[in-house]
Amino acid sequence: MVLLMVEDLSFAYRDREVLSRVSFSMDAGEILGLVGPNGCGKTTLIKCIDGMLTPKCGRVVLGGQDLGGMHRREVAREMAYVPQSTGNQTASTVFETILMGRRPYLNWTVSPEDEERVIAALDLLDLGELAFRKVAELSGGERQRVMIARALVQETKVILLDEPTSNLDIAHQMAVMEVLHGLAEEKGLAVVIALHDLNLAATYCHRLLVLAEGSVYGYGAPGEVLTPEMLESVYGIEAVVKQDLPAPYVVPVRPGQLQEGA
Amino acid sequence: MEESVILREGYTRLRKTRAAFIGGLLALLVILIGVAVTLGSAGYTVGESYLAILAGIFPETFTAPDMADVIIWEYRLHRVLFAVAAGFGLAVAGSVMQGILRNPLASPFTLGISSAAATGASVAIVLGAGFVGGEYLIIANAFLFALLASAAIYGMARYRGVSSETMILAGIALMYLFSAVTSLLQYVGTAEELQAVVFWMFGSVGKSTWTKLGIVTLVLVCTIPYLIYRAWDLNALAEGDEVAAGLGVPVERSMIVFMMIASLITAVIICFTGTIGFIGLVAPHITRMAIGGDYRTLIPASGLVGAVLLLAADSIGRSILAPQVLPVGIVTAFLGVPFFIYLFMHRGDA
Repeated sequence: MVLLMVEDLSFAYRDREVLSRVSFSMDAGEILGLVGPNGCGKTTLIKCIDGMLTPKCGRVVLGGQDLGGMHRREVAREMAYVPQSTGNQTASTVFETILMGRRPYLNWTVSPEDEERVIAALDLLDLGELAFRKVAELSGGERQRVMIARALVQETKVILLDEPTSNLDIAHQMAVMEVLHGLAEEKGLAVVIALHDLNLAATYCHRLLVLAEGSVYGYGAPGEVLTPEMLESVYGIEAVVKQDLPAPYVVPVRPGQLQEGA
Repeated sequence: MEESVILREGYTRLRKTRAAFIGGLLALLVILIGVAVTLGSAGYTVGESYLAILAGIFPETFTAPDMADVIIWEYRLHRVLFAVAAGFGLAVAGSVMQGILRNPLASPFTLGISSAAATGASVAIVLGAGFVGGEYLIIANAFLFALLASAAIYGMARYRGVSSETMILAGIALMYLFSAVTSLLQYVGTAEELQAVVFWMFGSVGKSTWTKLGIVTLVLVCTIPYLIYRAWDLNALAEGDEVAAGLGVPVERSMIVFMMIASLITAVIICFTGTIGFIGLVAPHITRMAIGGDYRTLIPASGLVGAVLLLAADSIGRSILAPQVLPVGIVTAFLGVPFFIYLFMHRGDA
C-alpha cells in the first residue's frame, strides 16, 4: 500500500536548480535511505517533502492527500522531521523536549494523555533514567534518541531524518538505526533517512535513492543500487561492492589500486 | 509500570517547583513594595505604608496615619509600581528575544533598540526636533526611534531571509550606527544638552507618573497574556527554526510577531525611563537557571524576577546615598552583574 508519494519534485534557490524532477513512492513500514555526495540535495529534498521549502513544481501526496494545500500544523500531525543535530543549548529537560513533539495537538495545558505518550516514548528509547536531565548535558547518542522520541510523540505516519547518525560512534549508529527499523516494522511508519554511510544504509534501508546533482541517479533495493559504476560516476571513487553478507557492502580503494591488484 | 509512575511524579514535581518559585517571587515582590514605599524623607513603617496603600483603595475601611496616604499615593507608589512594571516588561521582552533568536546575549540592548531610543532622545534634547512637541517630545522621539530600529531589523531580515543570524547582525550593526549618531549629537550639543543626554542614558524611574504607569501597564496587559498563550511556539522556536517548522510553527511569521511585541514592550518602557540595560538580559537567565526553559512559566517568572531586581535596585539607589538618588540603570549593573556572575560560575550540574 503506497503511503507517501513524491512526484516530479523540483526546487530552485533563486535560479540555481537544486532538485530536478525527483519521484519515488513508499509503503508503510518501509525505510528509504537518501544517499549521495555532499551538496547533492538530500537536505533540500527532505525539507521539500515536509513542506518547509516550497517546490518549484511537483507534489507530495500522503495517504492520497496532497500536502501542498495543508496547514503547517496539519502537516506536523502527518510528518515528523528530525533535523541534523545542532547541539542545542536550551535549558529544557529531556521530558519537556519530548513533550514539545505534542505541540501539533496541544492547546496550552498538558493532558494526562500527552504525558502518557511521552512516558511511552521515553520507555521505548530507553531514556527513562535521563528524563529530568537537561538535553544540553547529554551525549550525542542520547541526544539523538531524544530527538527521535520527540518525533515519535508527534504520532505521524512518516518520519524524516537528516543524518541522524552523524557524530555517533558505530555502536550508537547501529542503536539508532535499530530503533528506527523497529519503529518502521512495528508501527508501520514510513521512514526517510538521509545518510552518508553507504554500508549503514545498505544494512537497514529497504530501498535507496541515490541523488546526484539534484537528480535521481538510482532508486531501488541496496543490492541493485550500490554498484562500482554508481560509486565511480556519483562519488568519483573506485570501490569494490561485496555481496557475501546479508547486505551488500562497499569497500573503497585508493585510486589505481584495483588495476595494480588485477 | 513502576517507571511510568516515577516519571509522572517527576513531571508533577517540576510543575510544583515552578509554581512555588512564582508564588515565592510574588510574595517577595509584595514585601519589597511595602518596604520601597517607606523610603523617603517622611519616615513611615512598613505597616503604615501598607495601611496607606489600602486606605487609598478602600477609604471607607482603612485610615492612614498623618498624611501617609497622600505622600505615598502622590509621590511614592507610582514610582515603585513603575519600577515593578518596567522590570517586568523588560525581562519578558528579553526572554522572548533570547528565545526566538536563540542567543543568550539577545536583549533590547544588543539589538540596537535601546541605542535607537537614546538617539531619539538626543535628537529631541539637542536639536529640539521631533514628531510630537511639548513635554512629550523626548518620550515620543525615544519611542519612535526604538520602533524604527526594530522595523529596520525586520526589513533587513525580510530581505535577507528571516533567521536569528540576520536579526542579530542587523541589530548589532544598528546599535553601532545609533551610538555613533548619539555621540555626534553629544559632540555638537552644549554642555547642558550633553548633561541631559547623558542623564537620560543612565536610566531612571524617577520621572514616573500615574499616567505613564497606566500606559506601560496597558501595553503589558495587552501583550504578555498573548505571549504566554503562545508559549509552546516560543518553546519550539527556542529549539531552532527547523525544529519549530517541523512541529508545525509558522516560523517567519511567528518570529516577526514576537520580535515586534518584544520591541513594543521595550520601547514603551525605555522611552519613559531611558536605557535600563541588563534586566532584560539577566532576569531570563536567572529564571532559566532556577526553573528551566518552559515559556509557559518562564515568561511570568522572568517578569517577576525583573520586577524584583529593578525595584530592589531603585530602592537601593534611593537609600544608599540619601538624599542623593543614584539612577537605577547604574545600580542595576552594580547589583546584578556580581549576582549574575556568581550564578553563572556556580551553575555546574545543579
